[in-house]
Amino acid sequence: MKYVAKKLAGMLITLLVVSFLVFAAFAVIPGDPATAMLGTEATPESVEALREQMGLNEPLLLRFGSWAVRFVQGDFGTSYRYSMPVRDMIAEKIPVTLTLTVLSFLMMTAVSIPLGIFCGHHAGGRADRTVLVIDQVIMSVPPFFSGILITLLFGLVLHLFTPGGYVSYTVSPLGFVGYLVFPSVAIALPKAAMAVKLLRTSVLSEMKLDYVRTAYSRGNRTKAVLYRHVLKNAMIPVVTFLGMALADMVAGSIVIEQVFNIPGLGRILLTSISNRDYPVVQAIIVFIAFLVIFTNFLVDLIYQRMDPRITLD
Amino acid sequence: MKKKHSKNLMIGAWLTGIMLALILVGFFWTPYDPETMDSTAKLSGVSLSHLMGCDNFGRDIFSRVLKGGGTTLLVALGTVGIGAACGVVLGAFTGYFGGVLDELLMRANDVLFAFPSILLALVFVTLIGSGTWNVIIALGIAFIPSFARIVRGEFIRCKNMDYVKSARLAGVGHLRIMFVHILPNTLPVLLSAILIGFNNAVLAEAGMSYLGIGVQPPQASLGRMLSEAQTYLFSAPGFALFPGIFLILLVLGFSLLGEGVKDMGRR
Repeated sequence: MKYVAKKLAGMLITLLVVSFLVFAAFAVIPGDPATAMLGTEATPESVEALREQMGLNEPLLLRFGSWAVRFVQGDFGTSYRYSMPVRDMIAEKIPVTLTLTVLSFLMMTAVSIPLGIFCGHHAGGRADRTVLVIDQVIMSVPPFFSGILITLLFGLVLHLFTPGGYVSYTVSPLGFVGYLVFPSVAIALPKAAMAVKLLRTSVLSEMKLDYVRTAYSRGNRTKAVLYRHVLKNAMIPVVTFLGMALADMVAGSIVIEQVFNIPGLGRILLTSISNRDYPVVQAIIVFIAFLVIFTNFLVDLIYQRMDPRITLD
Repeated sequence: MKKKHSKNLMIGAWLTGIMLALILVGFFWTPYDPETMDSTAKLSGVSLSHLMGCDNFGRDIFSRVLKGGGTTLLVALGTVGIGAACGVVLGAFTGYFGGVLDELLMRANDVLFAFPSILLALVFVTLIGSGTWNVIIALGIAFIPSFARIVRGEFIRCKNMDYVKSARLAGVGHLRIMFVHILPNTLPVLLSAILIGFNNAVLAEAGMSYLGIGVQPPQASLGRMLSEAQTYLFSAPGFALFPGIFLILLVLGFSLLGEGVKDMGRR
């Protein structure tokens, strides 16, 4: 319990620090939001009035405080460009990006764990060597290029899906998930390849340990040894990797959304960057950071549950 | 096992060598000017005069791939340079001295580390604008944490070894111990980190240019070419395939080389 409490406190502090850093970074950049909203023809008086109204004349820490309170309450600020609440702009995009991330995460784990165990168990065999070579190549393919290849092969040649034919989840949940399957493959591929390699190495080194011999000598069959004894220990380093991979996948989906023309968080983030629509950028970055930090917190908890040797020090 | 390791290193070295040679040639000579448009050759396929065909403006893809590879490589060099240099200094000081500074910097590092590097680079680009130099700075900063973490670990491992103790007894200063005595011993680990960093930098640059926030047109960049090619995927698949394959081979070479060096250090 003490472990959970300490990790929770650590997470909250990290969240606070990260959001302050992002806030400060956007506060110090040249370009005054009031001028940006009113345009270059505004009189100095009206700019000053708007600055006062927006609270821009307050000290940084105070502004951060009120921003953070509003953020927690679900008020993410107002877009400079569209003068609408950022919350409304991103609320319907979040499920898109989350579905994409979760789908690719599921694919990655579903493929890489059995394959990694298989390769670790049959290390040196022909199948293992073949998988290793393919693995190395897949790891070198950037997701957006595998996305393009998938579009070309499955979309344009085999007609398994319509490139650019995104279906909103409000229209048809099934069509929505169906369209996201191929993009998810593109995100999952390189991460799955890394996970296979990691798990293989991990299984290999665990198989050499004494407890495996003991398990065998007690009459366990190979399957039982692998799944009941080895897997538990071999998964420990893999869990850390899976956590990091999940965070990377959120970022990866930003790129993949461009490839497959999916209107998710990534799309709106990129347009906001080119529009210099800072409140939107800020909200999305902080949101993703929260997601990442929260995932890391969960990984820490799972980690300790799996390996009780891990303590605070 | 031993045989396989040297194979990684050998294939990696050859592949990287060939790719680097191609890129180097591209700096001085390309079959066509990579920015000259030839409206008669728009989207033409593979032929003897245009080895990889032409793009939608009639520019020679082979020439653009060579130049784009060069841009990508330069960005990767700059990125890894900044990341490794700052990472080594930070990691050396925090690992060697420990204490409050170490604790603080490592906390900050954890925060940065948890952040996907492309997202970090996106934030920087939003703040300082896009363009080749800004991308190098943005990615370079995003790469510091991983280097700092690796170097710090090595310094902690080495700082209580006998050779360090004897150097200290002989009255050698801290700075000299850190950078003349310990640093060379971290080279195998550092070198493989640098190679893997290269690999990641190439991927990150390509990703950013693909998104349109990296290297700006008309300068050729592999990621940029891929995003331009996507519209013509069906009519001119080569436009996307050749830059993509070039990118993969470049990354594959670095990653095999990195694996090979890592194995060498382990032996």
